[in-house]
Amino acid sequence: MTIMDDTESRSAQETSDDDAVIYRHRIATRVTHWTWAIALFFLLLSGLQIFNAHPELYIGKQSGFEFENSVLSVRALQAADGTVGGYTTVLGHSFNTTGVLGVSGPADNPSYRGFPAWATLPSYQDLSTGRVVHFFFAWFFVAAFLVWFVSSLISGHLKRDILPSIADIKALPASIADHLRFRFHHDGRYNGLQKLAYAGVLLVIFPLIIATGLTMSPGMNAAWPWLLDIFGGRQTARTIHFLCMAALVVFFLIHIFMVLAAGPLNEMRSIITGWYRTDKKNNEERPV
Amino acid sequence: MTRFIINRRKFLTIAGVAASAIPLSGCDAFDGLLSGQSPVRDFLASANGLTYRAHRALIGADTLVPEFAASEIRQGQRPNGSTDPTGADYLALKETAFSGYRLTVSGLVERPVSFSLDELRNMPARTQITRHDCVEGWSCISKWTGVPLRQILDEVQVKSQARYVVFHCYDTMNLGLQGAVPYYESIDLIDARHPQTILAYGNNDKPLAIANGAPLRVRVERQLGYKMAKYIKGIELVSSLAPFGGGKGGFWEDLGYDWYGGI
Repeated sequence: MTIMDDTESRSAQETSDDDAVIYRHRIATRVTHWTWAIALFFLLLSGLQIFNAHPELYIGKQSGFEFENSVLSVRALQAADGTVGGYTTVLGHSFNTTGVLGVSGPADNPSYRGFPAWATLPSYQDLSTGRVVHFFFAWFFVAAFLVWFVSSLISGHLKRDILPSIADIKALPASIADHLRFRFHHDGRYNGLQKLAYAGVLLVIFPLIIATGLTMSPGMNAAWPWLLDIFGGRQTARTIHFLCMAALVVFFLIHIFMVLAAGPLNEMRSIITGWYRTDKKNNEERPV
Repeated sequence: MTRFIINRRKFLTIAGVAASAIPLSGCDAFDGLLSGQSPVRDFLASANGLTYRAHRALIGADTLVPEFAASEIRQGQRPNGSTDPTGADYLALKETAFSGYRLTVSGLVERPVSFSLDELRNMPARTQITRHDCVEGWSCISKWTGVPLRQILDEVQVKSQARYVVFHCYDTMNLGLQGAVPYYESIDLIDARHPQTILAYGNNDKPLAIANGAPLRVRVERQLGYKMAKYIKGIELVSSLAPFGGGKGGFWEDLGYDWYGGI
């Protein structure tokens, strides 16, 4: 089973003239997918807890307290009339984010915090527990990444299904047009947009979020000081780590949207059991 | 087009059901499992031991953290935690500009001794411009001057049973019902003997300020700020951390922070 190709049908169960069920996702793909799903859930919520301990991001080696190198900050500020509002400042532009960022919670008992209680783990302010949760799941996240990368390299999954081919790039305009019209080709293979999205997440964002995480560790700075040089300092690494998080949240929303739009039962079955129902008729319409 | 309409309708139905479930997923669902006494939290916290062992295996005992050019000192050292201890013993020392200060070295050592500030200042010193990383997430670059802890340990001759250095401090932290609890910290002998681990009495070419831990604080450059005890009263070589404070090896550790702060 495990050596079988992800998208290749080796034992297609013919169900009708139009459909066939293929073995789409190998065990390595499915196990790492769900490990990441669980780990990233906890990493996100504990990460926002950690961010709340100092809800400000900088560019450079250190945090400017007596000079300005802040690129994002979340603050609770008191107005002249005594009311307190949440303000988020991005690259010098300030936005009132009361209710979500800076000030949140019930109106009669507001909390002054970066991200609101519903977005952090634990819900209350507890940096130590946020770190405990974050660094526990970080091990699983990294381990799953290493397993996925090595197995995908060996099995050819990386080259065949993830890295976009020249033909995929050429077909991108058509692929974009299909997506905009909700026209999905259930042939079991990834189209160009899918490959770009998965390659971006798996080969760019994942390594980047791991490396910037390691760059924030003073211990790792001794072991691998070049990480600091690559990212331009610890505080820039922290900012990149945060941006990677935001990118993964956007990916997650699109990912869920696409699963729902493309047929959630079939998609869920394939990422749990590996088996996926293709639409043969559709294939014939689109000989790529 | 038929396909599009069906897909969109199906999509909207399912998206509506999914969206209605979002408000149910509040994060306080996990609060009980993550409270201070929870065995689940203890289990998750055990990953810090794995991180510690991984770092010890990966990072050479004497591998230095990067040091910076003087031009990188762009601001004063930002103080955090205690900034002005109010204990009677500390206030008395402060009145005499710490002239009566003595650092005591005790525990599992062959020759327990104490040092005055002048004696410490007359020992071979190390000056380093390093980055201070607070557990909260911020960093601050500053110049530190002090005695390598390794020299002190060599002088007092550490016994072979010793595994940790405990730093006892003058400052206390107010914990509400428990009242004022003395700050303390601990590191292993590898970090204690690290070339950049110094007992600092100088900061940015001036005597260490009270807000930054005068008269003496430790720099443990491969770990976070809370490991670098300020207002050091004495150091003690021990084989176990259990007898001190809550037994977790430090003031913040007793409140749930990881003992190994290299991450």
